Amino acid sequence: MNYTILLHLRQELLLAALIFLLLFIKLGKDRSNESILNFINLALLVNLVAGFCCHETGELFNGMFNTNTIIVFEKNLLNLAVLLISMQSYAWLKTNNNVIEFYLLTLTSLLGMFFMISSGNLLMFYLGLEMSTIPLAAAANFDLTKRKSSEAAMKLILSSAFSSAILLLGISFLYGTTGTLSFSIITAHLNGNPLQLFAFILLVTGFAFKISAVPFHLWTADVYEGSPVAVTSFLSVISKAAVLFTLVNILYKVFTPLASSWYLILMVLTAATILIGNLFALRQDNFKRFLAFSSIAQVGFILIGISSSSQAGMASLIYFVLIYIFSNLAAFGVVSVVSALTGKENISDFKGFYKTNPMLSWVLTIALFSLAGVPPTAGFFGKLFLLMAGAAKGNYGIIIFAALNMVISFYYYLSVVKAIFMDENSTPIEKMTVPVVSKIAMYICVVGVIVTGLVSMVYDYIHSISFGL
Amino acid sequence: MNLTLLILIPLLTAVLILLAKGLQQIRVIGLTGAVVQLGLAGMLLNSFLAERAAGNKATYLFESDQTWFKALNIHYHIGIDGIALSMILLTSVIVVAGILVSWTMEKLSKEYFFLLVLLSMGAYGFFISLDLFTLFFFLEVAVIPKFLLIGIWGSGDKTKSAMKLALMLMAGSALVMVGLFGIYYNTQSFDIVQITQHGIPVGVQKFFFPFAFLGFGVFAALFPFHTWVPDGHASAPTAASMFLAGISMKLGGYGCLRIVTLMPDAAHTYSWIIILLATIAIIYGAFATMMQTDLKYINAYSSISHCGFVILGIGMLNKTSINGAVIQMVSHGLMTALFFAAIGMIYSRTHTRLVAQLGGLLKAMPFISTVFVIAGLCSLGLPGFSGFVAEMTVFVGSWQNPNGAYRLATVLSGASIVVTAVYILRATGRAIMGPISTEHAVLSDATWNEKLAAILLIAGILIIGLAPFLINHLIMPSTDTIMLQLGKVVVGK
Repeated sequence: MNYTILLHLRQELLLAALIFLLLFIKLGKDRSNESILNFINLALLVNLVAGFCCHETGELFNGMFNTNTIIVFEKNLLNLAVLLISMQSYAWLKTNNNVIEFYLLTLTSLLGMFFMISSGNLLMFYLGLEMSTIPLAAAANFDLTKRKSSEAAMKLILSSAFSSAILLLGISFLYGTTGTLSFSIITAHLNGNPLQLFAFILLVTGFAFKISAVPFHLWTADVYEGSPVAVTSFLSVISKAAVLFTLVNILYKVFTPLASSWYLILMVLTAATILIGNLFALRQDNFKRFLAFSSIAQVGFILIGISSSSQAGMASLIYFVLIYIFSNLAAFGVVSVVSALTGKENISDFKGFYKTNPMLSWVLTIALFSLAGVPPTAGFFGKLFLLMAGAAKGNYGIIIFAALNMVISFYYYLSVVKAIFMDENSTPIEKMTVPVVSKIAMYICVVGVIVTGLVSMVYDYIHSISFGL
Repeated sequence: MNLTLLILIPLLTAVLILLAKGLQQIRVIGLTGAVVQLGLAGMLLNSFLAERAAGNKATYLFESDQTWFKALNIHYHIGIDGIALSMILLTSVIVVAGILVSWTMEKLSKEYFFLLVLLSMGAYGFFISLDLFTLFFFLEVAVIPKFLLIGIWGSGDKTKSAMKLALMLMAGSALVMVGLFGIYYNTQSFDIVQITQHGIPVGVQKFFFPFAFLGFGVFAALFPFHTWVPDGHASAPTAASMFLAGISMKLGGYGCLRIVTLMPDAAHTYSWIIILLATIAIIYGAFATMMQTDLKYINAYSSISHCGFVILGIGMLNKTSINGAVIQMVSHGLMTALFFAAIGMIYSRTHTRLVAQLGGLLKAMPFISTVFVIAGLCSLGLPGFSGFVAEMTVFVGSWQNPNGAYRLATVLSGASIVVTAVYILRATGRAIMGPISTEHAVLSDATWNEKLAAILLIAGILIIGLAPFLINHLIMPSTDTIMLQLGKVVVGK
């Protein structure tokens, strides 16, 4: 018997085992939500730690499934994010009747992402993508009593189906012009003829939908607003990260012959994404919509990093995603707790928040500063490194543009900080008792936000495992 | 001597403040930290002079270079020259004074002192950095504390002022960032020493100099990016005003000076624009001050004018003028901090800062009034105070430039001192002299902490004013190096 299969697939197998285990728990006798949640969190922790053991390069199923150090690392990041979200949603899930279903959906989606990241073949890629999207649509509908929630689910599934269709069209054109679906063979057949370019644009469009790059972002805000906070954070952090990882993999490995064309495409997407994301974020009052638009703008910055097509570009992307996980989840963590305990989700509700909840206020503030890219938080390093990678191309116009946009984004992040610390409010959110598990998750995020930047080992490690064109 | 201590002590102070309980503990920790830092700065001065006396001719002393982000060639490279050292001394004096005048801060005292210390840490880190990345990092570290200090503890339209200040400074940082990237991608390094040695291609300099210089110019209240100054200063609580004008604006001046040294070709090309903007700032600031009725606005607008001299001195690109610019930075830092401290003391007693509502304060609070007058006299450049030495040096340096237009700028800037005298004497006359209102007559004079803060700052002003050779001696070797750098170009042409 060949054990390499087990080794290469260990993260996927563990996750699948956990999913089956949850199904059996569901079938078995009723257990309290607390015990289930504690068990799941523990299992996710084990899953995370197990990911860090041996790193090896290899492929399975005739190149359908690849693994190497960087892919394992990316999966670990996703595992970490899922664990954090799970811990933060404790307050919300504790009173929910369908805890296990929630995890079944999200973990299945995560499994799909793992396959997508590891894919070495367009079919495998498509399979993973669908597997990661469809459960999320169901999860978006998790607030069964809220109309907005089902509206969000509907929008998500429709726009996903639409983008999948575009993606499939691209894939079929690509198959038509190259005669293969395997990544490694496609590269050799890419010669830049118009049909291939068209196929490539369709493919990028599909990706742009998933990472909600402008002009394919229209579903984002509504879906984020309607979904429960846990699902929103899953969508905005994990599914985005997974698609970005895949995108950079495919661009750097498969579409290398078309590098000059995709550089242009990315530049257009970047400029539009940063600007529109920022402008719309300026006027949001719902916290989830606000974070939705701000995360659109963040994706724009990430695209600058990707466009550099260098080792530094890939490293800064992965590094930024790690930081983004910490900072965005810290923000979502606070919003999630407040939403679960008081039902309030608007920025104006957070006026005077500091008077009643200083600890949560600081967590939220640090998270927002990190998203804005202010030192000493890690967001500063993340954003700077993305721009530095992008600047290496010599295209200073986009860097100046991005720098100006950082100032705009600074305005709306500061507005939230202003509401928390400075605005008067006669009825602030009352003092809340945060569940210990959520608290730990928040502290992990805050420590992550500070340490990831200042300790250069993290970046240097990521840089050492990255690759460029 | 290990310069990292200059960052570690504020950091430790900040952490201890977070752990402390009650105002008493917090302020004692804050003050102890600041005093230790002042002592450290003194020791630093001592060993710096000893090294120089021993014939150490290196541009930067106490250098230490550690790799930070290896893959990107980012270093934690620190070291100081005479200019940086004088800035560090200035900062440490103002921090002590600032903490002393905040002695009775009741509202959210823990956060308040924490942010003050954090702000000072940013400044120290900035001044010791010899790596542009680290420099930029610390420049931005200092922005957020300002925003929170003004927005939470300020007065008047504080949230708007805080927002304006933070956004403008962030925009300045963004410009600086673009400039630094430009340098980095054409030299593959952020290291100031290395870049100075190898030089930057002239084309690159010309393209990126405006970004970096204007970016730092925003911090230094360069016209037309000065608009954050009046609102920010006026709304800030006393200590924050002192830090803002005394330390934070110096980050800009110091940054401009470094950029000029790094890109000498571009500096020569653009010097006329710099001088033009500086002259406008000086004159505009002076006249705008004439129209102010609020003491804090008076000092804030006059800061624009005074900081204009810093930029003017740098823009003239000769040894005397740059010397003058550095002395003006120190002098203005001390003077304006003293001014804001006096205004804060007056405001905390009378609850008004409008000149029209004040009068005869000398009778009720002789000490505070004296402090106010001293600050005023220093501001208008009376011989014996630091302001005279600084501005005189800038003028002499500027006059050395034979170009007619530059001389015109010098004359116009010099004439602004008359305007300064008008507004200072008028404010002093109305607020300090004359009859006192009955409700103000019962007010008490300065407390021990306020006295101590004022004396510390006045001592600094007098030392520079009476013995300018001390600071000259300190910064002269550094300006020599800068001139060498600038001279490379002239010879080359």
